[in-house]
Amino acid sequence: MEYTYAVQMKGITKRFGKVLANNNVDLDLRKGEILSLLGENGSGKTTLMNMLAGIYFPDEGQIFVNGEEVVIRSPKDAFDNHIGMVHQHFKLVDVFSAADNIILGEKEEKLPFKEEKQQIIEDALANNAECDEYEKEEHDGVLSYLTAPKRITDKELKKRLSLLPWTRFARSVKFNWLKKNRAGDLQGIADKYGFEIDLKKKIYDMSVSEKQTVEIIKVLYRKADILILDEPTAVLTPQEITKLFSVMRKMKEDGKSIIIITHKLNEVMEISDRVAVLRKGEHIATVDTKETSEKQLTEMMVGKKVDLNIERATPHDVEDRLVVEHLSAVNHDGIKVLDDVSFTARSGEILGIAGIAGSGQKELLEAIAGLQKLNTGDITYYDPAKNNEKVDLRSKTPVQIRELGVRLSFVPEDRLGMGLVGNMDITDNMMLRSYRKGIPFFLDRKNPKKLAEKIVDELQVATPNTQTPVRRLSGGNVQKILVGREIAAAPTVFMAAYPVRGLDINSSYTIYHLLNEQKEKGVAVIFVGEDLDVLIDLCDRIMVICGGKITGVIDGRRAIKEQIGSLMLGREIAFDDENKNKETAQNEAE
Amino acid sequence: MKQNKEPLVHLVKRDNVAPWKPWVIRAATILGGLIFICLLCFAELKVSPFKVIKYMFTGAFGNEHNVLVMFRQMSLLLIIALAITPAFKMRFWNIGAEGQVLIGAFGACACMFYCGGKMSDAGLIVLMLVVAIAAGMIWAVIPALFKAKWNTNETLFTLMMNYIALQIVLYFIKVWVPGGTGSLNPIKYGNLPQIAGGDYYFSMIFAAIITVAMFCYLRFSKHGYEITVVGESVNTAKYIGINVKKVIIRTLILSGAICGIAGFLIVAGIDHTISKDTVGGQGFTAVLVSWLAQFNPIAMIFTSFLVAFLTRGTQEVMTSSGITNNFFAQVVTGIMFIIILASEFLIRYQIVFRKKHKDEIGGNDTESAEDSKTEIETENVNDEQIETAQAEEPIAQNVEVATEKGVN
Repeated sequence: MEYTYAVQMKGITKRFGKVLANNNVDLDLRKGEILSLLGENGSGKTTLMNMLAGIYFPDEGQIFVNGEEVVIRSPKDAFDNHIGMVHQHFKLVDVFSAADNIILGEKEEKLPFKEEKQQIIEDALANNAECDEYEKEEHDGVLSYLTAPKRITDKELKKRLSLLPWTRFARSVKFNWLKKNRAGDLQGIADKYGFEIDLKKKIYDMSVSEKQTVEIIKVLYRKADILILDEPTAVLTPQEITKLFSVMRKMKEDGKSIIIITHKLNEVMEISDRVAVLRKGEHIATVDTKETSEKQLTEMMVGKKVDLNIERATPHDVEDRLVVEHLSAVNHDGIKVLDDVSFTARSGEILGIAGIAGSGQKELLEAIAGLQKLNTGDITYYDPAKNNEKVDLRSKTPVQIRELGVRLSFVPEDRLGMGLVGNMDITDNMMLRSYRKGIPFFLDRKNPKKLAEKIVDELQVATPNTQTPVRRLSGGNVQKILVGREIAAAPTVFMAAYPVRGLDINSSYTIYHLLNEQKEKGVAVIFVGEDLDVLIDLCDRIMVICGGKITGVIDGRRAIKEQIGSLMLGREIAFDDENKNKETAQNEAE
Repeated sequence: MKQNKEPLVHLVKRDNVAPWKPWVIRAATILGGLIFICLLCFAELKVSPFKVIKYMFTGAFGNEHNVLVMFRQMSLLLIIALAITPAFKMRFWNIGAEGQVLIGAFGACACMFYCGGKMSDAGLIVLMLVVAIAAGMIWAVIPALFKAKWNTNETLFTLMMNYIALQIVLYFIKVWVPGGTGSLNPIKYGNLPQIAGGDYYFSMIFAAIITVAMFCYLRFSKHGYEITVVGESVNTAKYIGINVKKVIIRTLILSGAICGIAGFLIVAGIDHTISKDTVGGQGFTAVLVSWLAQFNPIAMIFTSFLVAFLTRGTQEVMTSSGITNNFFAQVVTGIMFIIILASEFLIRYQIVFRKKHKDEIGGNDTESAEDSKTEIETENVNDEQIETAQAEEPIAQNVEVATEKGVN
């Protein structure tokens, strides 16, 4: 069967210094299809797409759009070829509205000054000629007087011409003028593909999903037929992903060709017609989605067989480690972020926390870590070193918690903004937790250096040396360092918020195994996750949080995805699950 | 096919530059700046460029006196720069060194005025030092308290404190010298003893001690580490339990204290009086010194030397060429400072000129694609994009899953 191709990339090679980001990559995108671009972190997916979007220029190779060879040197060239890319990090002006952001950077077709002047004179002449014509004919009656064309006098023309620079200036600065003209168009695009968006809303008021919608409309507004979406689902909830996919299908029906970069296999299977796999900058294969499986794709991606099963050992020596009761807290704006939260974390167990992003997961973990002010509630820790003696953690600072002998480790969501310092090297980052130890006043860098070397070695962190600033490392390696440091503190409670966000399959499984290892050691692990399949496979119990409230605690071994999904939305569940009842009964007993 | 012309010049962010390269660039810009200044002097003063260079060096190194004066000036500048460095490292933009030094000087001078002759000179000097340090501390800690408590803007706050300090000094000069010239005559009590027949060495000794101490403080002490963490990320600091407010206040106390020492050195060691020009803008110049050295105390020795050399040198150019109006000297130094600061831009970005393409003479498409092999990046790339791309690409993930090993 013959296909017409929207894009063909042939023999694309791109180097950054010594690093070969793309090596002789061939890729083609058929008209009206959704192509998934699959690959681990650092496999060159984004680089390849950036070359299509005009951000990089290939060192070698050719690009064809609709069968014609093109040279794309800038994002403008890409748009001229109807290629539009939605980047992973949104590029929006916070204080502007959605509509402003979409039309930002668009230029009005502008005539040179002389030509516009000529135009006005010609218009006037044409108008006057019409008047002459009209006067030659015979007319009578009041009506004809009213409809008669008006002559432009020389004075009038002069006035118009002298005002021209000002009108041109006003046109160039008056943003609203453009906006008024375009508001209809934008709403039209939104309606056509089923975007739910308020175009007048300011960006800073928007959720991540809304911001993404703005970016997509922006690309569509600029008449892109070829859309590139760089990891669009990484930041969305399951419901938002469903919505995005339905929009993508509508765009496909409309004849748009779409490339979606992702490393979530289930999404690849769901949305795409074909899958192109990259590994270490090379194109491995492009296959029809129907004829492949997740397992096969993984093997192509990683280059060897990977065990995708997460083993879940039965918890042993389970005892209550951390008991949280009736926790409530408000944020800066006085909005309730935690509402009467009670739960128990037990040793030797992984407690999963599921919920839509921003439902209070961050605040909950920070409350336990002593970073969030509490309104009401109690946090009690049972110290295993002191025969399970009760320790009250309520309203303690992180330092006080440590001084009480509570070995609490916390891997925060924001790795480089909170857990680590990007500009400091690995050794100095190791000291963050422990720098207070040792002789007074002066720092001890010897032990942290040893620890850094040990973690680099044992977790196979890809880094030139321990003096490398951590911001230079890739996401997976950054996370290994953070998790490694937190584990090195020999915790009894280990909390991790979205520890695999943005990580590729290999790094993700390394993290899962590390969590399991902690569980085996009898640590109480609290794991905030977003991938429900993983939560179900990994956790012993899953607690669902919605709007700062706990909506349910489910046994991980018997959990159903849909059940968690509806709890995440705060709906009362129809599933009458025995387990759940048992679980609540148990909770009440505590 | 569309053929868009590449712009004539574009900027590319440098990454992974060799450590020696920035210094070469800095040296080259300074040299370029000197040449520019020579030309400027030639245009304005009709002095030959070679003479300008000669005068600059005689101004700085011409005789023993000149050398000592220059090093004294350099030492004071260095002390003030070191004072503001911990605050800057913490991203607390303290531009109030001018006021902190002045109020320290005022404190010392007040002691001389009120207690001079009533107590032993040694005792007076100690008292002056203590009062100067205390005054500098108070002046620095006020904005710090406001910043810590109510998150006020420290830049504006410290700037305003400068004006208050200045007006206080002017007020007291009026009180101390009613009528007459309106300037306070040098007071003969509480003067630092002269070493080797000059008033030069005290500042240098203090500068040397403070440089080493500050380097160790920032590099090897726990406080220094906390300052770095707070400066890099307040969130991280809170996460590991650093009391950010405490660190801000503590650092500013240190900063103000060192400023106070500088004020004490000026009054007790050099001027023996006070006027509105006692600090003479050195509090602001110190910002430049500290920044150019990238907050590294050792590098500050060189930057403060450079600034002192330029100031003294250009002044000599003016006097030697018979220009009594020394404002031109300040214009020239100002231009030089801007040129030096511009070098930081060149260190971060590389300017790439358009290369000649064969197809401009008339080649075909494939040739042009071939031709641009060597090209680096197109101009519209913003830093973020380069950084994200580079964060993704260079360090390839390890394929091995580190499962069984683990960490204790």
